[in-house]
Amino acid sequence: MDLDEIREAFAFFDGWEDKYRFVIDLGKDLPNLNDAHKVPANLVRGCQSQVWLLTELRGGRMRFAIDSDAQIVRGLIAIILTVFQDRTPHEVRAFDIEGLFAELELIKHLTPTRGNGLRAMVARIHQEAERTALD
Amino acid sequence: MASSLDISGDFPILVRQVNGQPLTYLDSAATTQKPQAVIDAIRRYYEHYNANVHRAAHLLADEATAAMEAARAKVASLIGAGEARELIFTRGTTEGINLAAACLTDRFEPGDEVLITEMEHHSNIVPWQLLCQRSGAALTACRVTPSGEIDLEDFHAKLGPRTKLVALGHVSNALGTVNPVAELVEAAHRQGALALIDGAQAVQHLDVDVGRLGCDFYAFSAHKLFGPTGIGALYGKAALLEDLPPYQGGGEMIEHVSIERTTYNQLPYKFEAGTPNIAGAIGFGAAVDYFSDLPCQALREREAALVNQAVSHLKQIPGVRMVGEPRERASVVSFLIDGGHPHDFGTLLDQQGIAVRTGHHCAMPLMERLGIPGTIRASFALYNSATDVERLVAGVEKAIEFV
Ligand SMILES: Cc1ncc(COP(=O)(O)O)c(C=O)c1O
Repeated sequence: MDLDEIREAFAFFDGWEDKYRFVIDLGKDLPNLNDAHKVPANLVRGCQSQVWLLTELRGGRMRFAIDSDAQIVRGLIAIILTVFQDRTPHEVRAFDIEGLFAELELIKHLTPTRGNGLRAMVARIHQEAERTALD
Repeated sequence: MASSLDISGDFPILVRQVNGQPLTYLDSAATTQKPQAVIDAIRRYYEHYNANVHRAAHLLADEATAAMEAARAKVASLIGAGEARELIFTRGTTEGINLAAACLTDRFEPGDEVLITEMEHHSNIVPWQLLCQRSGAALTACRVTPSGEIDLEDFHAKLGPRTKLVALGHVSNALGTVNPVAELVEAAHRQGALALIDGAQAVQHLDVDVGRLGCDFYAFSAHKLFGPTGIGALYGKAALLEDLPPYQGGGEMIEHVSIERTTYNQLPYKFEAGTPNIAGAIGFGAAVDYFSDLPCQALREREAALVNQAVSHLKQIPGVRMVGEPRERASVVSFLIDGGHPHDFGTLLDQQGIAVRTGHHCAMPLMERLGIPGTIRASFALYNSATDVERLVAGVEKAIEFV
C-alpha cells in the first residue's frame, strides 16, 4: 500500500474504530523481524512498547526492517515505511512525518511523552539518514 | 444514599470529554484529580496572602505562615502523627524516601543490610541502592509470590541481625496488594532494624495511623490524595529526626550561621532548606480538609465493591488474565489480554474515553519476577462510579474485537 492509498482510506473513515482497525490490519501485513535480530543492540528505547530497527544503505537508498511487540505500533511503522522505505537519506530527512501524522490525526502517537517508542524510532531513522548522508 | 456517596461533582475535570467521549478516569494511582476546594485554596493563597513564610514582620507573611503550619498539623493528624514537628514537607514520596536514605547513610557500614521487597516502586529501591553505594551496605529484596503478595517466609528468612533497615510499600501501585506492614514493622524492630513505609498508595484507601503501625518513617504524596503535585510529607519519629544530620543546607533550616559553623533549626525546619512549596502545602491542607469531611468509610466500601466488580467482570471475559490476586486489595486492578500488547489496549481504551495506565508502573523488578513486560492497570479513587466499571468492561470487550 502506498501513501496515496493510505490517504484515500483515511478520508473515508468515520470514527476511530475504522481508523484503528485499518492501522492494526496494516500492522498484520508488516513482515516480522527474525528473532535473531531482536537483540538489545537493535532495540529503540521506549518504555511503553519495544521497537527493533535495522537499517542499511543499498544503492544509495535506505532499507529498513522494523518490528514491534505492539500491534498498533506495527501499523504505524507500516505507515512510516511507506514514506521512508527505499528513499535516499536526503529524502528521508526532508519528509515531514509529523505533518503526515497530524493530517491523519495520529499525531498523539508522535508527541513527546515519556516512553514514546515511535517518536524515538523516527529520531533514530533521522540520525541514521544524517549519518549516512555524511559518509 | 447513592447520591450522597457520589462525590464526582466536586471534581471539575471529571465532566470533561476526551476523544469525543465522556471521561472515565481510572488512573488515580498515578495521580488523583483535584476537587474544587483544593483548586480554590491555592488560588486564594496567591490572590490574597502570598508571602514568604517564617521570615517577615508583616501581615501577609503571618497569614501565609499560619496557613502553612495549619496544613502541617492537618496532615500530621491525618496519619496519626503525635506532633506536627514530626511531619516534614517534601516534594513527594520520592523525595521523602531520598531524604531518609541520605540522612541515614552515616549509620550504615559494610556488612549492614537494607531489606526491601521485589514489589517496591522504583522510588523505594533506587534511594537504597544509592545509600548502599555510599556506605558499602548491601541491598536485599524479599520475594513476591505468584499471587502478588510478600513471601512472608522469605521475608523472615532474609530479616536478620545484619538488617539495619526495612523499607516496604504499604499498598502496591502495580497490583493493589495491601501488605501486612504493622506485623513486618514489628518483626524489623525485634531485629533492631528501623522501618520505613512507602505510603504513596495507601493514604487514600486505608486508615493510616503511624502510631499503630509503629514505623519509624512514613512517606507519601499529596497528589495521590486529591492534593497538588510537588508536595508530600515524610513522617519520622521525633527522637530519630533529632538525631539525624540535616538533608540539605540553606535558608530556613538554620538557627545561626557563621562562616566557621552553623547550628540547625529545630524540627521540622532542620529538614526543610529553602523557601518551601507554600501554595502546595496549603493545597495539601485543603485536600486533607476535603478528605476528612467525606464519609470516608462508606466511600471506601463503595470503592472496594467497584474494584471487586471490575475484577469479577474482567475475569469473565475470555482472554483476560488478572495479574496479582492478593487476598487484600486496594484500588488497583492489573491485567493482561491475550493476543495484544498492553499498549494496544491502552490506546484502544483511550479512544473510548477510558484513561488507564499501561507498562511496568515503575516496578520493573516486580514485572521481572512475574515474568511479564507490563500490565494494563485500572486504578480507582473515591470519586469513581459503577458507570466507570461498566465502561471499562465494555471498553475491554470492544478493544478485544480489534486484535
Ligand atoms: C508505591 C509508590 N511509591 C512511590 C511513588 C512515587 O511518588 P511520587 O512520584 O509522588 O514521589 C509512587 C507513585 O507513583 C507509588 O505509587
